[in-house]
Amino acid sequence: MTSPPLIQLQDVVKTLGVQRVLDGVNLSIQRGEITAVIGKSGSGKSVLLKHVIGLLEPDQGEILFDGRPRSAMNSAERSALKRRFSYVFQDTALFDFLNVFENVALPLAERHALPPAEVARRVRDKLSQLDLHAVETKYPSQLSGGMKKRVALARALVTEPEIVLFDEPTTGLDPIRKNAVHSMIIDYQRRLGFTGVVVSHEIPDIFFISQRVAMIDDGRILIEGTPEEIQLSSNREVRRFVEGLESPHDDLTGIDSAAIGHKRLLQEMSRLQRFRIPFSIVLLAVEGLEGVDRIEGHMAGQALFKAFAGHVIQNTYITDTCFRFGINKMMVVLPDTDKARARDFYHKLARTMNSHLHHSAGEALKGFDFNVSAGVAQADVDSSLEELVAAAEQGKTIFYQSREAS
Amino acid sequence: MDLIVTLKNPIAAVGREVLDFIRLMGRMFLFFLWGFLLIFQPPFQFDKIRQQVYFIGMKSVFVICLTAVFTGLVLGLQGYYALVKYGSTAALGSAVALSLVREMGPVLTAIMVIARAGSAMAAEIGIMRVSEQIDALETMDINPMRYLISPRIAAALVCFPLLTALFDVVGLYGGYLSGSALLGLNPAFYFSRAQSSVEMSDIVGGFIKSIVFAMVVVTVCCFQGYYTHTRTEYGAKGVSLSTTQAVVISCVLVLVTDYVLTTFLL
Repeated sequence: MTSPPLIQLQDVVKTLGVQRVLDGVNLSIQRGEITAVIGKSGSGKSVLLKHVIGLLEPDQGEILFDGRPRSAMNSAERSALKRRFSYVFQDTALFDFLNVFENVALPLAERHALPPAEVARRVRDKLSQLDLHAVETKYPSQLSGGMKKRVALARALVTEPEIVLFDEPTTGLDPIRKNAVHSMIIDYQRRLGFTGVVVSHEIPDIFFISQRVAMIDDGRILIEGTPEEIQLSSNREVRRFVEGLESPHDDLTGIDSAAIGHKRLLQEMSRLQRFRIPFSIVLLAVEGLEGVDRIEGHMAGQALFKAFAGHVIQNTYITDTCFRFGINKMMVVLPDTDKARARDFYHKLARTMNSHLHHSAGEALKGFDFNVSAGVAQADVDSSLEELVAAAEQGKTIFYQSREAS
Repeated sequence: MDLIVTLKNPIAAVGREVLDFIRLMGRMFLFFLWGFLLIFQPPFQFDKIRQQVYFIGMKSVFVICLTAVFTGLVLGLQGYYALVKYGSTAALGSAVALSLVREMGPVLTAIMVIARAGSAMAAEIGIMRVSEQIDALETMDINPMRYLISPRIAAALVCFPLLTALFDVVGLYGGYLSGSALLGLNPAFYFSRAQSSVEMSDIVGGFIKSIVFAMVVVTVCCFQGYYTHTRTEYGAKGVSLSTTQAVVISCVLVLVTDYVLTTFLL
């Protein structure tokens, strides 16, 4: 028997004013996963999140935690439940009468009976991880939007919560910072193991960081599944929404988006099956930055990824397709190419890598250790796309290793 | 539409308004009671109360002194010319002292604090509400009533009587300035009459008034800010409306309760 989901919404109905915002929402959130909630603006995503934490009570329906309905809990139990949560507000909701340090310290100082020295230690720890130690004494009104988001993130994570709810954590950030926040969310999630619910518009980036995606429309969950299932869904509403937001180009790197790449793969596959024209893929991944637990690291990682993508594009032919495959991954589809020629491409890439990267992202990368690995695979008529990707993934070798600046 | 409904059945409309008003009073009373009780929930929020005492009390000292001096001056002037007709200018001390201690002190102090601190309280709490800061407190399992409202209630209950006492003293000297220093009444007459006519019951009555005003002002101002989001106007407009309402309602309520209290205290 499987254990009940960590959070379960059953037929939740909520009417605000005259509008029925939630109209029978059913959603399960599994422990240790990141669940993304997508949907048009005004479709009730934030309202849904507020029900999960208990800022709003449902008119009908039930919200269960570990199988126990909240309505059956007494106030002490609800209070204990709330302490397992953190909530990152859309507009940060930082306390404007407190400075950055006090903002981050507040949840620790007010509700955990910790000695002040311990509070200060934990807060400083979190602030330096998010690269905020320099603005400790500033007030929220003196900070930029991106910095406020980071303070809000620090405030949410300082209590080491079990469940973190993010309400549009990246809205209004530039592509590098947006990707840095995403990579930070998955990085923290891996290390701290929290359960995350992310409300977001960021398609397709959100698909890279979540294990489950639920789309909400007209107050109901339209579809729920893995990111792949959503992207391949044939439901008209889902398609219209996903394609409407999905630009053909990845906004960080300028290379093709995952959806375009996927289409290209399917085309090549059918060409192979019908005309026996071979094709190969090269899977490239920037790795090793997980050890850097500061925003600088995540930012540098994204800057590196961007520079690296530029480098790859320069080395491809016009018939090749290069697309984003994950938060730190991209794939190159080489049509009419067998494995040997794909290897040539790979070697050429490796040879010119050094000079190019240092030229375009040298400053940002100083002091960080990372490596770039690549795997090459040739498509086989009998194998599926998944097997092809798995083969490339397996054959990955490191072909570029940064040297620590001496 | 509203007007048509009112005209069709004016008595029902008046009744509705009255019921709404009574309901509002009830909600505000519960709001006060809840905030007041939370003052005593451990751990005691001494620091926050001290900050609010500084904000409501200390920062009002100057404006209270200023108002008190001029109130005293005018009382001295008016009283002198009214009394001189009957040749009893010696009673000026009593007149000034009694009107200050019984009425002017508590009422004008309350009005000045509403203008200075009450409006600020309503706006600050209102902004916290519309920018979701109060929701943020709730998500952290920090009781916003205890964190935001209780320290303000405690501070107001401390500050109002002290500011009233200050107002009385400064006003008394204001009366002396116009009555004696300018118009030539013997200062000895002024102060001895002031001393002999004011009784302990007057002073206690004044302090009772000031404590009741403190309750009224802090409750109305905090309540208006705290429930900004329940208005039909959102955002900045809602906050500005809440602030205006806080000032108007608390001023009116101060004058109304003043009349009621006076009838009981006299």
